[in-house]
Amino acid sequence: MKALSQKRRHPLAAIALLLMGLLVTGGLYAVATTVNQAKADTTTYSASDVEEGGKLFAANCATCHGMGANGSQAGPSLVGVGAAAVDFQVGTGRMPMEMNGPQAYQKPAQFNEEQTKQLAAYVASLGPGPAIPEAGVLDEKGNAANGGELFRTNCAMCHNAAAAGGALTRGKFAPALAGVSGQHIYEAMVTGPQNMPVFSDANISPEGKRDIITFLKQIEANGSPGGADLGALGPVSEGLFVWIAGLGVIIAFTIWLTSRTS
Amino acid sequence: MSSSLTPDAPAFVAKTSGGRITDFVDQRVGGSGILREFGRKVFPDHWSFMFGEVALYSFVILLLSGTFLTFFFDPSMAETHYAGSYTPLTNVEMSVAYSSSLNISFDVRGGMFMRQVHHWSALLFVASVSVHMLRVFFTGAFRKPRELNWVVGSVLLILSMAAGFTGYSLPDDLLSGNGLRIIDGVIKSIPVIGTYTSFFLFGGEFPGTMIISRLYTLHILLVPALILLMIVMHLFMVVVHKHTQYPGPGRNDGNVVGYPLGPVYAAKAGGFFFIVFGVVAIMAAFFTINPIWNYGPYDPSPVSAGTQPDWYIGFVDGALRLMPGTIGDWKVEQVWFGHMFTFNVLLPALVPAGILFTVMFAYPWIERWITKDNREHHVLDRPRNAPTRTAIGMAGFVWYCVMWAAAGSDLIATHFHVALNDVTYWLRALFFIGPVIAFIVTKRVALALQRKDREIALHGRETGRIVRLPHGEFIEVHAPLDEYKRYKLIGFESPVPLPAVPNEHGVVDRKEKRRAKLSRWFFEDRVAPATPAELEAAHGHHGAHEAVEAAESQKTLSH
Repeated sequence: MKALSQKRRHPLAAIALLLMGLLVTGGLYAVATTVNQAKADTTTYSASDVEEGGKLFAANCATCHGMGANGSQAGPSLVGVGAAAVDFQVGTGRMPMEMNGPQAYQKPAQFNEEQTKQLAAYVASLGPGPAIPEAGVLDEKGNAANGGELFRTNCAMCHNAAAAGGALTRGKFAPALAGVSGQHIYEAMVTGPQNMPVFSDANISPEGKRDIITFLKQIEANGSPGGADLGALGPVSEGLFVWIAGLGVIIAFTIWLTSRTS
Repeated sequence: MSSSLTPDAPAFVAKTSGGRITDFVDQRVGGSGILREFGRKVFPDHWSFMFGEVALYSFVILLLSGTFLTFFFDPSMAETHYAGSYTPLTNVEMSVAYSSSLNISFDVRGGMFMRQVHHWSALLFVASVSVHMLRVFFTGAFRKPRELNWVVGSVLLILSMAAGFTGYSLPDDLLSGNGLRIIDGVIKSIPVIGTYTSFFLFGGEFPGTMIISRLYTLHILLVPALILLMIVMHLFMVVVHKHTQYPGPGRNDGNVVGYPLGPVYAAKAGGFFFIVFGVVAIMAAFFTINPIWNYGPYDPSPVSAGTQPDWYIGFVDGALRLMPGTIGDWKVEQVWFGHMFTFNVLLPALVPAGILFTVMFAYPWIERWITKDNREHHVLDRPRNAPTRTAIGMAGFVWYCVMWAAAGSDLIATHFHVALNDVTYWLRALFFIGPVIAFIVTKRVALALQRKDREIALHGRETGRIVRLPHGEFIEVHAPLDEYKRYKLIGFESPVPLPAVPNEHGVVDRKEKRRAKLSRWFFEDRVAPATPAELEAAHGHHGAHEAVEAAESQKTLSH
């Protein structure tokens, strides 16, 4: 112990400490991530999950979706929508819905992973529907170029070619896709939440969906090679920028250049 | 006799070799004469006079950066598979044009920077041309003798839009392809000749395999050559007419008050080029523009959300977006004699732009006809001193801006969380009401400012200092203006309505009556500048205030 305290002012002590800190956090992170992967693989539901999910459903969802989830004036029936739909809607915070409107907004999720899983188990038990995707299609190791082509053909007309989102009619909109997890993207494609159409496996194969997710994740990770992307909104933000910032700075210079005389 | 055989001794021999070379050249090209003439050319100093320079400099930047891009760009629509370093597009089928644009961006050293310099300076070019034109319009600089230069300037605006659009389409990416598709649709909507014109332009059915190389020829050869020609004409006329100036003491239509070109002004202008270049370079270095790799190769089937043209074509796109397909139960698209007449495309694409440009070209003559003003004008109007013209300009500006905003209707909807339909309805209403409101408001504001000027000229500036007089009255002390400032407030022309005048046959024809009506509409609610007599009277009347002033200053002195 004494030896250690004597060496604490050694020139290399700080570096050693830093190295130790990095190793510990890195190691912990590695453990944590493998834990997550292991969990995603197992989506089998126990009877108790279904039972707990039923209770949660009755307390939080039945007002609109009806007891037994068979729908009411205020919300659609959920029989047969599958676990994927629940995981997407509840996992992204869209359900329970914040307020009535053309479209549910994303917000911080109200239920934790365990509760979401229980709700999904309950809804899945009501009738067959799309299940939560396997980890294999979410590994982001597909063909990004093919994904890009599929994205431009099937998704870009609403979500924008750079996945920056876009407007639909009467207050509805397609959200930006940056920061959305691969699992949620996949679930959205198979369940067609809000105003999105369903892209069934016959339409885009699971392999194609994997490519799309790979593409989205890759362009997100690439960032903007040409500098700040101004919201990736295309010519409108570029035009605003040149008028306000570009011309603004130049006007400031013209005033400066002509300020000596009048 | 001998003098004809022996050469004359030169009158002047420079001391240094540099001087001798300069002298040699000067004796052959007469540079010093040109320099003497141009070096003495006087430029009035005002920041708003510099937008034309910004336009010129961005054009120079465009030529330089564009030349760099031509070294690497291949305008071929042949099919290829991408093999460059941007992995999300690896092995994707695309045209050689798009592939070479991607290579410029990712695999040519400095290519991305140069592409962005080129595109940013293109946006800046059209923007500075526009602002320059707004300045010229609102200050009345288009009046005699500059009407033709106004026309040349308007042609330059159209050419700069053409240059921009042809360049925007060259990378053959999805975004620009969508833009071309809209142009194709507009051309096809022209009755009878539309389809043939489209086939002629695209070399067959859209998109064909010709359009990119054809646009390239226009973009790098014809359009820049025309722009250059127009710039030469424009600058030549600027030299012939001399520069306009803002009103001020000692400035009149017979002189130009300012600084000579050489050496200070030339140095400033030269430095300003580098400032503009620097601003463009900073934008290009830190902000991406037209990220073509996001859009993917052009393919007629996909259309991306948020597809817009560059800003200067935006107003046409906006007009297209505003046009309803049906009005009540009446379909705007009609089938007559078994042929489709697509008025819902034809009208919005051509009519608003047609009106804007026609009025723009004709305006100097319209105003000249109404005012019968045939004199030369070298002293500018302050916008408030020509209220009706300013109001007309603002009405047109607002009309343009409504269409401009409509081009971004989807982004307004998503970013302000409103319904896209509501944005469209509001903008449709503003399309008709906006210019009217703008006209009325602008005219009232201009007249109010004129009245304020008159008030200040007559009674001086309000100081906010309240003084109690010995007999109990409170007055606010008005500080009198100095002569220079007062001149600015009273030294302007204020035309009165010109009643109809009989022509040489002694008849007041209908056209003349209409002119008289317009003249009344132009000038009837004019605010006349304060006359010397009024100034005199005002000062006599307010003698009391000035007496207080004098007493106050004496008090200060006695302290």
